[in-house]
Order: sequence, then structure tokens, then C-alpha cells
Amino acid sequence: MDGTQIVKRQLENGLTVVLREVHQAPVASFWLWYRVGSRNEVPGRTGASHWVEHMLFKGTPTFPKGTIDRLISREGGVSNAMTWIDWTTYFATLPADRIELALRIEADRMVNALFDPDEVEAERTVIISERQGSENNPRFRLAEAIQAIAFRVHPYHHMVIGDMADLKTMSRDDLYRHYRAYYVPNNAVAVAVGDFDGEAMLGQIEALFGSIPPGPVPPPPRREEPPPDGERRVILQGEGTTAYVDLSIRAPRALDPDYFPMIVLDAVMVGSGGLGMGGTTTNHTTRLYRRLVEGELATAVYGGITPTLDPYLGGYGATVRTGHTPEEVEAAIWAEIERVKQEPISEEEFAKALKQARAQFAYSSESVTSQARWLGFAEMMDSYEWFFTYLDRLAQVTAEDVRRVAQTYFDRRNLIVGWYVPEERRDDGR
Amino acid sequence: MADSWRSLPGPENVARYELENGIVLLVRENDTSPSVVITGSLLVGAVDEPAEQAGLAAFTAACLDRGTERRSFEQIYEEVESIGAAIHVAGGGHVTHFVGKSLAEDLPRILDVLADLVRHPTFPEEQVEKVRGEILTALAERANNTQAMAALAFQEVAYPPDHPYSRSARGYPETIQRLRREDLVRFYREGYGPRGMIVAVVGAVQAETVRSQIEAAFGDWEGGGFRRDGLPEAPPPTEVRRKVVPMPGKVQSDIVLGVPGPPRTHPDFLTASLANTIFGVFGMYGRLGRNVRDEQGLAYYAFSRLDGGMGPGPWRVIAGVHPTNVRRTVESIRQEIRRMRDEPIPAEELEDNKAYITGSLPLRLETNEGVAGALIEMERYGLGLDYLRRYPDLIRAITAEEIQQVVRRWLDPDAFALGIAGPPEEAS
Repeated sequence: MDGTQIVKRQLENGLTVVLREVHQAPVASFWLWYRVGSRNEVPGRTGASHWVEHMLFKGTPTFPKGTIDRLISREGGVSNAMTWIDWTTYFATLPADRIELALRIEADRMVNALFDPDEVEAERTVIISERQGSENNPRFRLAEAIQAIAFRVHPYHHMVIGDMADLKTMSRDDLYRHYRAYYVPNNAVAVAVGDFDGEAMLGQIEALFGSIPPGPVPPPPRREEPPPDGERRVILQGEGTTAYVDLSIRAPRALDPDYFPMIVLDAVMVGSGGLGMGGTTTNHTTRLYRRLVEGELATAVYGGITPTLDPYLGGYGATVRTGHTPEEVEAAIWAEIERVKQEPISEEEFAKALKQARAQFAYSSESVTSQARWLGFAEMMDSYEWFFTYLDRLAQVTAEDVRRVAQTYFDRRNLIVGWYVPEERRDDGR
Repeated sequence: MADSWRSLPGPENVARYELENGIVLLVRENDTSPSVVITGSLLVGAVDEPAEQAGLAAFTAACLDRGTERRSFEQIYEEVESIGAAIHVAGGGHVTHFVGKSLAEDLPRILDVLADLVRHPTFPEEQVEKVRGEILTALAERANNTQAMAALAFQEVAYPPDHPYSRSARGYPETIQRLRREDLVRFYREGYGPRGMIVAVVGAVQAETVRSQIEAAFGDWEGGGFRRDGLPEAPPPTEVRRKVVPMPGKVQSDIVLGVPGPPRTHPDFLTASLANTIFGVFGMYGRLGRNVRDEQGLAYYAFSRLDGGMGPGPWRVIAGVHPTNVRRTVESIRQEIRRMRDEPIPAEELEDNKAYITGSLPLRLETNEGVAGALIEMERYGLGLDYLRRYPDLIRAITAEEIQQVVRRWLDPDAFALGIAGPPEEAS
């Protein structure tokens, strides 16, 4: 896909609409994105954005609890929602002749979600259970500890799910206020991709969303993280027999010119992933895999930056191979970082990173769901053009740029080192 | 709008070829994006390994990409990753799969690599040791994962000890330690071959071109395949069989509750799959989700799954709950099983579920991987290339009475296998 087939409009109430007709299969995908996530939360109400997302499935007068999933399912559709640090999104993919249902649901619950107090309480235990399921995983606990020491001031300090203290105490009204503040058309982007007529789709969206009044959106978070002034370390101890090591850095945000050289650096070190946005390919020819996994110090290496609105985290991690230590793994990762700071990367490594990015773009356009997701995601960062100029901007990166960002961001003052170290436990637990 | 019927894979848009050595090739041309997926399914897996060598099939498959007569591990992945492609080989229960994904223009290169590693692996000694270490670390991680340990505990009590399904296909630290390179080489030599092999290629390619490429890559391969005498019986449980894995330091317990289910080719399978959708899938997890998650707020996930497959794969419920809620959750699951047995599914609920299963077909077939999976399934189970066209009618014909009968045959609120893994306070 390319940018020429995109229609972008703004309704009078400020709702941004992005459309693309695709006629290969009789399906369509509709996504509604809000510029709200854990980034917009303060202590006492951490986890509010994610909880609000759950509550949007708990009923409006028109679509009582349980009916949204049921209506989508019986039309043969799939739907879900996701909350991230910078955004919250709701989507449904349906047979194309039924896509209007998704539009009606989203227009309705932008305004009319009930937040019934009983439902809020029932969902409290579900979300606590969701969090406890994550806490069973050592890597979640390590990630949480790293974020907490990487960001003292900025709200990237806490996880999207929120702190247990807040999940236990947040009130129905806290959640409802959060919902009313951010769920307004001028804070949202609607994306539709699929087998429909663009003009007709625009008309439908206008008819359903056009009358929703805009509202004052709270300003973006102003608590900028002060510049890092020294390496930080956290060592977690816990159950199991496997250790994990993570060398994180405070990374450039998506719109920073350094973002693209960082993407190339990550591709060389640990693999291209999915353009820093999920998706999987192998990384067996990367520098860290060769040094750590081929070198039998670790069984997996991973990491890299992800596109975010404010500077978030990048860096690399590894699963320590049984019989080896976090010290050895940390030293090996750092040695590879030192190397890439000294010598420019090769032509071959460059060419590989570019070809991988090109292939990822091809894969991402296989389904209308994936296309709509990418367009909306790019809108959250900037504009859909961000997505379509991605390959060009990657191609403009030079080996010197890559070395410069390695030196700048992998300065030890900008480093956050985390270890998860298994400890022997007695059988009576903690 | 695109014609919904014609867009589904069917006899007139899927090319089917039989090679002389027994390989069946299925090709679906799809120009939506300039990419292609190739999937192969070989009739070799964990059911072919003895109990004391649990994990042998998976270990063997994991070594295929570690070096061939023509390429080292580094060369294989340099070739694959330098073109933005991905390959993957995995040994399962009855079959071993290989998958390649690339830009359409690179299919010949990916095919050359895949054929090389499936046909000419050399199992270099030092690479075998590397893989062994990776598997052992993965098994150590598994031992610290409540979901995986609950699933393992379930398998052990759901199937008789002599049944391969009672064992982990990934193996155990003791069995993986014991396996020698010669064991892998022998397993490969005796088990791998074109007999029963199915290949599906989906993407921006031409069927006839693909046919000659596959012919060139695999046409002169011979032999292979273990003799399979059928699996031991997996009788339904006659009581509650429980196994608890205490895991200190965890905050949540995982539950796996179920029975050996109908194989994919069993006459009950399709009805059971509709029953399963009603029970623990539809909307947000069907009746289970409504009861356990929506009404009681006990769990973030509580759903059911029917495996099907070539043998009596499990029909099971999977849920993660606070340790103090394990008992209540198990009771709720039993209550929903009872309701499925005692009361016919109300007409509207039945219609909703049928509409979901049939209506979501195009969505499940949106990606090249999705289509390739469907093609392999149609061929492996002899469903016919017109199966997806017949499927909506097959589903629509199922009655509430038939569902009730099938549930009564397979699910019993007083007889099931139960695996629990979590904080030790529940271990008592």
C-alpha cells in the first residue's frame, strides 16, 4: 500500500477520519483511537486509562453489558481494544456489509458508557487478576522495576495496568472523570480500511459522529523527565531458576530525527523486530545473537525502541543460559555496544536492515485489520505520512548517524541496568 | 463489493498437485500484497518417540536449521535474514511443520533453504549441544510458568501413562540431557520423508511456477515415515483426577480442566466445536466468560479450547485466578458443564453462535498464513477442497439436541482431569 490511496478529513467537531478502500476480500476494519494512555495518568489514578477501556464493554443504554461482544460475534466479526502508554484503541473487523455496526458502537460509547458502580467493582477484581497474572512473570516484574527507576518525574514511570495500590482504591468517579475528559471527538482518530465506498463511509461516519460535541482536552503531561545524571541499577530477586538481564536506555521519541538511526542500530544489534512495533522475525545474524546466544551465554536476546510520543525506553535484554551469570551477560552486551560505538556498521548490515523493513511493510498490508492498525498508529505519533515516509527516511540514515546515536544514547549516564536473579526459596513462600 | 463466496479458497482457485513421491502441493494465488507464505507438514512427531526419549522429535526438528550439507547455521540465517524473510521449523505431536515467509520475489531462495534443511541436515555436534542448552533453559523457564505447569499437570492426569499425550512433547530436563546426537540422526533418518507430506504455498505467485519449483526442490526425495500402529486408548475419566503443582513466590494460580476430546475426523468433532464456542469462546469467552469473568469478576481469562487434531486432543478450560478463588472457579466450570448437559441451547444463542462461526470464516482467511493453515487442514483430514464452501451448511444443520448429546458424551461435571499450578497455600 502507499499513501496515494488514503483519504483524510476532519469533521467540524474535530474528529480526524482516515480511510482506505481495499477490495480484495469482503471485509472491513474500523478502528477508533484516542490520545490517552498511562502517560496521561497521575499517582493515585494509575491504570485509569486501561480500566476505562474495560468499562467501555460494560454497557451503554443502547448497548447493555455483554451485547457489544455478542453483536460483533454474531455478525462474524472480531473486536478488541488495547491501551498503551500513549493511546487507547478500539477495533472491529467484520464482513464489509456489516461494518456500520462497529461505527454505531464506537459513536455510542464515545459518550454514553454507564460506568455502573456494580460493574466497576466487578471489573476491579478482573483487572487485579490481570495484574497478578502478569506478576507471575519475572520479566514483567523486571520491566516494571526498570521503568520505575528510569522515570522519576515523567508518567512513563508506571505500567499501563497501573499500581496495585491504585487498582484497589480508585473510585467509579475517578474513572468516569478520566473518560469524560479524554473521550471527545477532537481527541480521537477514526480509521476504516476495507471493501467499502469511501464517500459512503465518510457519510456514515459524519452521520454517526458528527453531532458529538467537542470538549476541552486536558493538556499533555508537562512533567518532563530531567536529563539523566548517572547509571541506575536494579536487582530483583525471585522464584524460578532463570536469570534475565536488561540494559535499557532513555531513547529518542518517534518524531526525533535520531529515531531512524536508532532503528538501524537496533536492527544490527538485535534484529528488526516489526519496525519497532511488534511482529516477529528471527535475529540469528545480529551482533548480540552471535555474541551471546552463539557464544552460549544466553538463550535469547531481544529489545529495541518502540515509537512513542515522549522519550521512552530502548536497549537490549537477554535470557541468561543456565550455568551462566548476569555479570557475564551484561559484560558481553556492553562489549558489543562499545564495538558499535567505535566502528561504523558495514554496508551489508545496512542493506539487510533496509530489506527487512521493506519486507515488514509488505507483510503488514496483507490484512485490512493490520493496515488500519498501522494508519491509526501513525496518526497517534504524527500523521499517516509518518508510516509512508518510513522507508525513505530509513534509507537516508548513514553509518555515521548510527555510530553517533550509539555513542549518544548508550552513554553510561543514560543507562538503566536491570537484573532478575533467581533465589533459593523455602517452600513456605515469600 | 468483493464476492464473499468466491473469495474463499475452493476447488476453482486452489491448485492441487500430487507429486510421484507422495507429496501433495496446494497453491492459492493472492496478489493482495507482494509476499508469500510456504508451509510444509511432515508426518513425524512426538507420537513416534518412546517415553524415555520424550522431546526427541522436537529436539530433532530444532536442529534442522543448525547446519546442512551445503550451509552452516550462520549461512542459513544470513541468506534468510538478509532478504527480510523468516523461516521456522517446529516438531509437534503428530506432525512437524516448516514455515517460510518472504517477499514473493524471494520464494525460490527461501524454498532452496527450506528444502536443504529438511532434506540434508547434518546435526553438527557443537550445534546439538547449543540447542540442548537452549532447550534446558526453556524448560527451566517453563518450570517457573504457572500456565505451562498447570497444562502439564493436566496432561498427566487426563491421559493414561502409556499414552504419548500424557507426556510433554517438549520433553523434560532428564530426557533432554540423555539424548545423544546419534538418537537425533537416527530419528531423522527413519522418520523424515515425503510420504504423507503436504505443502501449501499462498501469495503473489503463479501456481504452475510454484509446482515446478517444489518439484525441483522435493521431487527426488524418497522414503521416510515411521510405521504408526495407532495410539493407545484414552478413555474418558471416570472421576475427578487432580494434580497440583505448588509454586512458591507466585501470586496467581492457573487452572486447566478437561478431558481427552474427539479427534478432528471424529463424527462428533464439528458439533463439539460448536458446543465449545457456546461454552467458552463466543463474544468474550462464551458462557464461561460470562459466569467467571463478567458476573463473578474472578478471572481475567477463563475460556475453553477444543484441539481436535489427529488424535484425542484435549477439550479443556483454561483459567487464571487468585489462589483463594480456585475452588469457586472449578465449581463455576462444573456448573456450566452441567447446564450444557441438562438444558438445550436456547434458539437465539444457538443462532448467534452459528452466525459467528460461519460469518467469521473470511476473517480467519485474511492472511496468507491463515489460508495456508486452512489448506493443510483440508488436505490432512481429507475434508475436500470444497470444504470451506460446505462448512456454513454443515454448521447450520447442527441442532440443539445434537449439541446436548455430544456434550453428554464428552463432558461430565463429576469426571474430569484437573491441573492446578500456583502459590502453595492451595496445594493442600
